[in-house]
Amino acid sequence: MDRTKKGIIIFTLAGLAISAALALILSPWASPEPDGLERVAEDKGFLEKAEETEPAWKSAPLPDYSVPPLNQKVVDEETGEEVEEPSRISTGLAGLIGTVGIFFIAWGLAVVLKKPPREAEAETRETTA
Amino acid sequence: MHIPDGFLNTGVSVVTGVAAAGAVGYGLRRARDELDEKAVPLMALASAFIFAAQMLNFPVAGGTSGHFLGGVLAALLLGPWLGSLVIALVLLVQCLGFADGGLTALGANIFNMGVVGTILAFYIFQLARGLLPQKRSFYLLSAAVAAWFSVFLSSGACAVELAISGTSPLSVALPAMLGIHAIIGIGEAIITVSVLSLVLAVRPDLVRTYGPREGEVKGRGAEVSG
Repeated sequence: MDRTKKGIIIFTLAGLAISAALALILSPWASPEPDGLERVAEDKGFLEKAEETEPAWKSAPLPDYSVPPLNQKVVDEETGEEVEEPSRISTGLAGLIGTVGIFFIAWGLAVVLKKPPREAEAETRETTA
Repeated sequence: MHIPDGFLNTGVSVVTGVAAAGAVGYGLRRARDELDEKAVPLMALASAFIFAAQMLNFPVAGGTSGHFLGGVLAALLLGPWLGSLVIALVLLVQCLGFADGGLTALGANIFNMGVVGTILAFYIFQLARGLLPQKRSFYLLSAAVAAWFSVFLSSGACAVELAISGTSPLSVALPAMLGIHAIIGIGEAIITVSVLSLVLAVRPDLVRTYGPREGEVKGRGAEVSG
């Protein structure tokens, strides 16, 4: 492995460590307020359209960025019903799994999509010849 | 800005789905030529960072939050086509793994954030880059402008889709979406410039759109100095 290639690997792993730390440590403290689209949907009265619709995909393993076994049961102040809410550990861990998981998925995808080295080499020879 | 199931009608879902599939399909073909030794780990890192950063909602005006989208960052690091693939992958993983964004709206979400917010925004970057002096500060300014437009125009596309679907009239949805995302876009610009500055300080050679012939995506095999 030459020096530049090694340098890129070190840069990439350092970047992954920073990303994973952001997801694990910072994401549980992110703003819980609705985002731009949710806010508009709420204000303009069409949020129900989503709430009344059965999701087309129900098998997400980490729904709403949480690890279900780690969620805590809390009593809803308005309805008095017990609802599940992601704990900070649950959110952070889901973020960590997602960040590391997508890193390897993207790496695998890029390797598959990349031109095989032999073909790339042959082309370089053609263009330099 | 992830559209859930229930907001779009079938027609809009199908049309945006076809448009998104076309862009992703073309991106996958381009990837063959654009992925070099450097781009493989960088594509993995960009995906991981953007996924993590999208979780970090920051508060904006009046009980609303915004979060980073990352289209311009991905496009400037990897070029518009690989950048668009990164955003599409992030959205796919968020939809299937985390129930964020509806499966029936996945095409629209990829179109809004991965095509409008990445490829179109990249050309806004190139336009700004061409008009401004070739200095690092102006490279970053162009990135900031494109990042802001990325969020602003994505939200506009989303509003148009909501209107055509009969979910909210354009006269209501468009100003509301553009208004709040004009503010969220400032956060996008700040994060994009911060991350780019950091990468340019450490490894400028890894920013594909920054180099001797700045503002131009270098193809495979082009000389990279530095």
